[in-house]
Amino acid sequence: MTTDSVVHASGLVKRYGDNTAVDGIDLDIAGGETFGLLGPNGAGKTTTMHMVSCISRPTGGTLRVLGMDPLADEVGIRSRMGICGQADRLDQELTVRENLVTYARYFGMSRALSRQRADEQAEFVQLADRANDRVDTLSGGMKRRLSIARAMINNPDLVILDEPTTGLDPQARHLLWERLYRLKQRGVTLLLSTHYMDEAEQLCDRIAVMDLGKVVAVGSPRELIAAHAGPHVVELRFGDDPVEQYRDKVEGIGDRVDVLPERLLVYAADGEAAAAQVHQRGLTPSGVLIRRSTLEDVFFRLTGRTLVE
Amino acid sequence: MAHPATAVFERHLLIYRSLWRTTAFSFFLVPILYLVSIGLGVGDYVGSVDGFSYLDWIAPGLLATLAFQIGVSSSTYAVFVDFAWVGGLYVMRNTRVRITDMLVGWFAFVLVVLGIAVSVFLLVAAAFGAVHSIWTLLAPLVCALLAVACTAVVAAFSATIRSDSYFPLLFRFAVVPTTLFSGVYFPVAAMPEYLQPLAYALPLWHGVELVRATMLGTTPAWPVAAHLGVLTAYLIVGFVLARQAFRKRLVD
Repeated sequence: MTTDSVVHASGLVKRYGDNTAVDGIDLDIAGGETFGLLGPNGAGKTTTMHMVSCISRPTGGTLRVLGMDPLADEVGIRSRMGICGQADRLDQELTVRENLVTYARYFGMSRALSRQRADEQAEFVQLADRANDRVDTLSGGMKRRLSIARAMINNPDLVILDEPTTGLDPQARHLLWERLYRLKQRGVTLLLSTHYMDEAEQLCDRIAVMDLGKVVAVGSPRELIAAHAGPHVVELRFGDDPVEQYRDKVEGIGDRVDVLPERLLVYAADGEAAAAQVHQRGLTPSGVLIRRSTLEDVFFRLTGRTLVE
Repeated sequence: MAHPATAVFERHLLIYRSLWRTTAFSFFLVPILYLVSIGLGVGDYVGSVDGFSYLDWIAPGLLATLAFQIGVSSSTYAVFVDFAWVGGLYVMRNTRVRITDMLVGWFAFVLVVLGIAVSVFLLVAAAFGAVHSIWTLLAPLVCALLAVACTAVVAAFSATIRSDSYFPLLFRFAVVPTTLFSGVYFPVAAMPEYLQPLAYALPLWHGVELVRATMLGTTPAWPVAAHLGVLTAYLIVGFVLARQAFRKRLVD
């Protein structure tokens, strides 16, 4: 264990009866780092975050959060942590300020300090002009910002965000990213889960890809792409023909071929050269797209393309 | 440092500020309508009970019933919804607020509502001449114990059920029989003997006996300590069950 780890987990397990939600994961999140958990639904992201937030008690393994044991020092950890869950859970009939002040009071802050922190946080998420409006008059994006402001009320060292931008429009997402980036600049450690590859790529220093309760890869977005996808992808389409029949014909080009329902993906160090080879073999795809590999390619490579429900 | 239970209490007060109208009629006015219509109307036929006019005799019973009803109904939908839809209790869990704080803050709030309703009722009862003893000053304390004991038990119930369709059952099979068989409208001694133990098991009867003793200056059926003991037992069991039910919802 590195001494400055904000979150340290080794062999962490959570079982519900016969079902293993988290199956022996190792994590080390350094102070000031923005760490993302990426994975399909049911991969164990939320359960992992619940264990870090002392909501869920681990069934096995070691877990240290801010140097403390979640089973023994729940209040100590909570005092220095901000939690922003998937649902906003705001009091609709209270105003923006009342929601924030109430939450500050939950941490034992004095009335005066609570009001001061509430105003600062409303300002931080650009809701100062709505401070006296009831929450049920806010848009979805504003409510999400308010939840994040609330999670920040106690000046936490570690903030946990479960799918922070799910359901938001692009403008609201970008505003939120920009605020999260500011937190990062202040040295706050962020642990977030997301389904959005662009979000993970934009925000995260490092990402753990989870699948079926296990961490299947960890690294920076760049490292993950280099290790699991290679620099380029050539997408080949063959009109309405079933693409499966072309699989053998492109075999050997690039590092690897992926068959999708309507196109072939050829992973290659040099996309131009790979595309040229395709033509040299006498193939005439109806569409050729050479692009850089993305985190999404890594994601599908590691967690498969089948919908698991 | 402010205690987190205080913060919980403050949240409920803030929310109540915009919701009080929804319960004002049933908590503050209905009991008085009962007092007037049954006390005067039925009282005209009944004459006197135990040497008191019927209105004087049922006023304490109605007051205890009011405490019982506030205790029960406060913790039905409000607790259910705070888990299922609003999620306010999950929000508290993410802070320094512990489950005991959630319950203590909530009970304190229920007591505020109770305090208002009991005061209004006693003022009206006094205006009708139904207050006969200085001991009436202790009636609100009895009401508080009765209300908190019942609200704790019902909070445990509301945190356990996963559908609000159980509430009509609670009212039909627990609340209504309790108000009918607890010696509110007629003395328990008037019931067939085999039914009387039912009343002894119900918290409301103990509350009725104590409140009636304070308002009329009479002696209750059982020693005061025994009545208080039963109510305290309800409170302790309710509190323990509520804490377990809350923990089951909030921690896994």
